[in-house]
Amino acid sequence: MENLKKELKEKIIENLNLEDIEVADINDDDVLFGDGLGLDSIDALELIVMLDKDYGIKLTDPKQGKSIFQSINTMADYITENRK
Amino acid sequence: MNDNFYIQDYCHIKNHQLKLNGKVIFEDDRNNNLKEFLKNSYKSQKINYSKFFKMDNLSKMTFLAAEIILKNIALQELNNNIALVFSNNAASLDTDRKFQNSISDSDNFYPSPAVFVYTLPNIGIGEISIRHQLKSENAFFVFENYNAKFHQNYENVLLRSNISDAVLGGWVNVDEENYEAFVYLVSRKGNIEHTNKNLIKLYKD
Repeated sequence: MENLKKELKEKIIENLNLEDIEVADINDDDVLFGDGLGLDSIDALELIVMLDKDYGIKLTDPKQGKSIFQSINTMADYITENRK
Repeated sequence: MNDNFYIQDYCHIKNHQLKLNGKVIFEDDRNNNLKEFLKNSYKSQKINYSKFFKMDNLSKMTFLAAEIILKNIALQELNNNIALVFSNNAASLDTDRKFQNSISDSDNFYPSPAVFVYTLPNIGIGEISIRHQLKSENAFFVFENYNAKFHQNYENVLLRSNISDAVLGGWVNVDEENYEAFVYLVSRKGNIEHTNKNLIKLYKD
């Protein structure tokens, strides 16, 4: 699980072009959107693509994203339960 | 009201240099690619705007040129009513190609939303508008080459008709590693008359 969380942080930084942020700057329970990491709606779409491409998880209901992408912890939990 | 308009400030981005009013304000290693040059340029100007890194190269360059010019301008004196009039030759082809590559393999079909949003050349105008809270007139044209006569005429119409208090305009072109920006602010202040001749002269500077 810890490896997955580190991997997610690296992918988020790379895929979302967060050039001024490093893995150590993101805590597992940091809020990713809004006042937290400052991600926006395009980033949310990019994360949905990432789930599909890298973990074989297709989100059929985009509304699910709100709870799944709340933090690194919630993303890691969801991936662990649903990855193919 | 004074009906004469002037080029208040102008900026060039080319040959791995940033120039403001003809003076070099940053020069980068020629061995760096365009992405690296734009990043180093951003850092050299001490800009703090993390969304910069999400932009494509065309929007980054357009944004940078606007930052360099507008950072010393009191926007409230212009009622934040600065029209944005840009043009180029390659439209958004540079990013269009990247997006096309991401969807060309049906077995590896993952179109990137973050790339897709930049598949229009006028997105750079949107980035400037968001940054400076501009809700002003804007237009983006595609020409073979920088068309000073068209720009001068279009910009004058916006100013003379009082649609806009100033115009940020110019040429911003990116195609792979080829790039060039010539951006200027036209207002009622300044020493260089906003004429076709002067625009051509400054463009070639």
